[in-house]
Amino acid sequence: MSIVVIGNGMAGSRFVTELRDRDRETPLTVFGAERQQPYNRVLLSNVLAGIAGPDQIGLVDPAWYERNNVDARLGVEVVRIDREAKTVHASDGSVTPYETLVIATGSTSFVPPIPGTEGGLPPGAVAFRTLDDCSAILDVASTARTAVVVGGGLLGIEAARGLAGRGLEVTVVHLAGHLMERQLDPGAGKVLARTLRRLGIRALLEANVTGLRAGADGARVTGVELASGDVVAGDLVVMACGVKPEVGLARAAGLEIDRGVVVDETLTSVTDPAVRAIGECSQYGDVVYGLVAPAWEQATVLADVLTGADTDARFTGARQITRLKAASVELAAMGETHHGDDDPDVEVMQFADASRGTYKKVVIKDDRVIGAILLGETSTAGTLTQLYDRAAPLPADRLSLFFPGMGGVQTADSPVRMPDAATVCHCNNVSKGQIRACWEKGARSAAEVAAETRASTGCGGCRDALEGIVAWLDEQESAPVG
Amino acid sequence: MPPEHSRDMTETPTHCPYCALQCGMTLGGSPVRVTPREDVPANRGGLCQKGWTSAEMLTVPDRLTTPLMRARRGAPLEPCSWDEALDRIAAETGRLQAAYGKDAIAVFGGGGLTNEKAYQLGKFARIALGTSQIDYNGRFCMSSAAAATNRAFGMDRGLPGPITDLGQADTILVVGGNVAETMPPFMRHLTEMQDRGGALIVVDPRRTATARQAGLHLQPTPGTDLALANGLLHLALTEGLVDEEYIAARTNGFEAVRTVVNGYWPDRVERITGVPVPYMRETVRLLARGGRSLILTARGAEQHARGTDMVTAFINLALALGLPGREGSGYGCLTGQGNGQGGREHGQKADQLPGYRKIDDPAAREHVAGVWGVDPETLPGPGRSAYELLSALGTDGGPKAMLLFGSNPVVSAPRATAVEERLDSLDLLVAADFVLSETAQRADIVLPTAQWAEESGTMTNLEGRVLRRRQAVRPPDGVRSDLEIIAALADRLDAPGKWSCEPAEVFDELRAASAGGLADYSGITYERIEAEGGVFWPCPSEDHPGTPRPFLDRFATPDGRARFTAVEHTGAAEDVDQDYPVYLTTGRVLAQYQSGAQTRRVRALVEAAPEAFVEMHPDLAERLGIQEGADVRVASRRGTATVRARLTDAIRSDTVFIPFHWAGKGRANLLTNPALDPMSRMPEFKVCAVRLEPATPNGAKL
Repeated sequence: MSIVVIGNGMAGSRFVTELRDRDRETPLTVFGAERQQPYNRVLLSNVLAGIAGPDQIGLVDPAWYERNNVDARLGVEVVRIDREAKTVHASDGSVTPYETLVIATGSTSFVPPIPGTEGGLPPGAVAFRTLDDCSAILDVASTARTAVVVGGGLLGIEAARGLAGRGLEVTVVHLAGHLMERQLDPGAGKVLARTLRRLGIRALLEANVTGLRAGADGARVTGVELASGDVVAGDLVVMACGVKPEVGLARAAGLEIDRGVVVDETLTSVTDPAVRAIGECSQYGDVVYGLVAPAWEQATVLADVLTGADTDARFTGARQITRLKAASVELAAMGETHHGDDDPDVEVMQFADASRGTYKKVVIKDDRVIGAILLGETSTAGTLTQLYDRAAPLPADRLSLFFPGMGGVQTADSPVRMPDAATVCHCNNVSKGQIRACWEKGARSAAEVAAETRASTGCGGCRDALEGIVAWLDEQESAPVG
Repeated sequence: MPPEHSRDMTETPTHCPYCALQCGMTLGGSPVRVTPREDVPANRGGLCQKGWTSAEMLTVPDRLTTPLMRARRGAPLEPCSWDEALDRIAAETGRLQAAYGKDAIAVFGGGGLTNEKAYQLGKFARIALGTSQIDYNGRFCMSSAAAATNRAFGMDRGLPGPITDLGQADTILVVGGNVAETMPPFMRHLTEMQDRGGALIVVDPRRTATARQAGLHLQPTPGTDLALANGLLHLALTEGLVDEEYIAARTNGFEAVRTVVNGYWPDRVERITGVPVPYMRETVRLLARGGRSLILTARGAEQHARGTDMVTAFINLALALGLPGREGSGYGCLTGQGNGQGGREHGQKADQLPGYRKIDDPAAREHVAGVWGVDPETLPGPGRSAYELLSALGTDGGPKAMLLFGSNPVVSAPRATAVEERLDSLDLLVAADFVLSETAQRADIVLPTAQWAEESGTMTNLEGRVLRRRQAVRPPDGVRSDLEIIAALADRLDAPGKWSCEPAEVFDELRAASAGGLADYSGITYERIEAEGGVFWPCPSEDHPGTPRPFLDRFATPDGRARFTAVEHTGAAEDVDQDYPVYLTTGRVLAQYQSGAQTRRVRALVEAAPEAFVEMHPDLAERLGIQEGADVRVASRRGTATVRARLTDAIRSDTVFIPFHWAGKGRANLLTNPALDPMSRMPEFKVCAVRLEPATPNGAKL
């Protein structure tokens, strides 16, 4: 078997390392259009925010390829797939044969066809997708005072937050009625907008961008035009209007494409059993998965199936959890969050404290989480994501889904209320009753009780409790009778 | 004072028989009375219930005082003379070795043996029996931490400094350790730190007594600690909290680690571990706030099929924050068994010679063979690790006989029924113990030994401090010390070398054998230990002060730099699925110790912790129809245990916990998974998949 991988992004590079974890022999070639080592796209917003350098987000060491016998063609683009000959033709003129072809070409940013974008974006306007885009944005940002981010989805908000952190005055222009409308319900979107406002980011909602404004020919961008006729000025315009699967090669090769390359649960093209597709260019069922977790799961499944490590491995869809990466904005969202109270089949829990930027919502059906939002305060996100991921039954104590530790808090019992059977000293297994008995035999200080019962002589953690009980017993004794 | 009582009035300062904290205690009076010592920093006058009641072990009613032997397999164990027992062992081992080769005899030791016994047992295997087949139960204890610290620092010593450094720390992260139950007086140091304003952070799937005292408790899915550590390092990087200067000056290999942890961004780790991102962020902030920070791991992070890598991930975090080799900071492993530290240094490990030397290193063989007075060529090579050794017993090419000292693998080894089968398939099983442990019950010959307060020697505690164990009482008539047994067998086997029965003489030989090794004891004497309150190894000469804090100037690697190793999360060897949908984790309770062979014989401890139980969340219990106190059948792919339900919301609802101290139907190790770590050969005690059902029709209490 020989394997050729087209694409060395999040999905392609993960597949290559997963495959080599299981099989060190099979000839393996990977084409990457970008010249640099594969990097973690999730961390681009960190680069934008200045908390990671562009050279610090690599995913695979360049030396790894050689050590692991992988033919890595970085900076080489595949221009054609010849399914009949089972070869791929590349920009460097090479022709590489394959027995199994893995398409992991990902996606490209979607730029709306509006005036000002016909011949490519004008200087100062950048579509945010790759590390190169990131560098371009930072380059412009270094001399810009104001920025417009077109698109109030996950990526747009992360970009806006990064730029605001760099001191730019930022406006997010968003077509829908609230921010991140795919992941959030209107209530959460509103609280998020309020949080962003506090961080110096203005959001314009239901705002349709109709064109980019630039100076004379080839001059730098000056802002965006809205359908309302308003103009939002910006020295920098970041386009974050979503992505579209990169399926040009696959389409030209005659593979069945819907929105992505259509695959079955072994990630095999429904057209050609020698072709697999993973990541944002592939479509399983009706879904093109746009997040990293499903892409990595697909990479694992495909490596299992191709190497025989687990021939039963299947990709049967994934649950998507979104987590915003923006300093001072904690946000986790998953599943169906738009249900309202009026839906008789679902149970909706909500908690909001808009002035503190907190909004929490859990949607429950058949005792399982089917959707959730945690905004502002996410200390139960770990629990919720795992319950959602595994479709696990929910705790009887529903409040613990919102507030950590609500279930287990045990207030220190006062000596008065504590039953005699209660263990005071766990290290030496001494109960309140034994302490009382010791006191009744004449011990009048914690030290005397300790010497007799060994209470508090282990970890020492019950010393306060022991002193409290002895003091209380002393008090009882001196209290006037009747 | 009547003269006949004078001997009883002698007060003997010594240490507790149980865990690696080695609390100081004084024994005196008749019956022997225990008083905690104030002059030992580890416990400062504290003791737990196990320590207070330890003297009861000296008078247990089922104490063995005569050798026992079976006439043949299936016949009962019957008293015999020492000569009969020893002669038969010598004859049988000779016969089996003639028929099957030297490796036909296996030796199995323990982390509770003194340094002198551990040393002598390793020597006995190598030059009296000539077998490579020796290992010990420490393999089940902390071998993963040992492998990880050797790889990172070039040396494996439990704590990075004296235990009193803990109280002076600003932040301590305890990973998978429940010290409040396993070594309660240890908590005094953590409490002291907290009273000074320090922060205690505990990582544990259960809200244990230790976690309850912590300011921050991270409660991960079992088997995901590595992802958590990588996630913490990822955060340290993105928040600019790593110590780049230290990394450049004192370490190698960081770039590869950076690349790997780039794949552990916070929300991915949150999804894997269930630990919320804000808690991870707070943990990193506290560890990196510039004061003295310690990261300590224990069995929870180590007893995994990827235990070495799990520990490595935490060492990577410590190194990236610049902690190891800085006074008062660092990485440490919380040793478990009483002499878990010394027991892994002097040659009862399959791949090791005294002084923490490697058995396949020609220079090491030459040195040790010189001390033993034999030709280095005659020393066997590395043998099988503990579980592999137990699994090979009685098989084709495996050992036909085993001599067992200070261990009870029928209770403590994973997948215990398979271990029983292997033991039963031997031609000869010899157990040296002071009571008839579950493993001794299956032996052909049982040799009654002296215990703890009846003999002397040295123990090396969790700090790496060598301590004196002193004899307080005479052993009962008919009983011999392990050193006497080894000497008598060596004599019958015509072994070369000296076989002293005097601990002091054996210690002097150990000093010579360890000289120049990593664990160099050559400068340590009984007199110095007494005068100085213990001596920290390495101590290469009598005028050397010992080494309380290694690595301050350089690490023990060839170039003096610590080594980063990039490690990836792979999850538990056996994950939950439809058939076995719940995680099982195993561990300890306060009132019992290890396989319970000792503590299950102490009345107060049995009252406190009479039997095994399964701890589960009320939500899980409700779904399974199980009530508090009901009998529950817990099944894994390897066996079934029946234990009582104990409901508590202190455990995750996807996980149950069973302590492993008991034999019989509640034996946790009937269930555990013997998947082994590729480096340390540690079995995965801490996570496997089980299913639970009520053992009684309605799930009700009987």
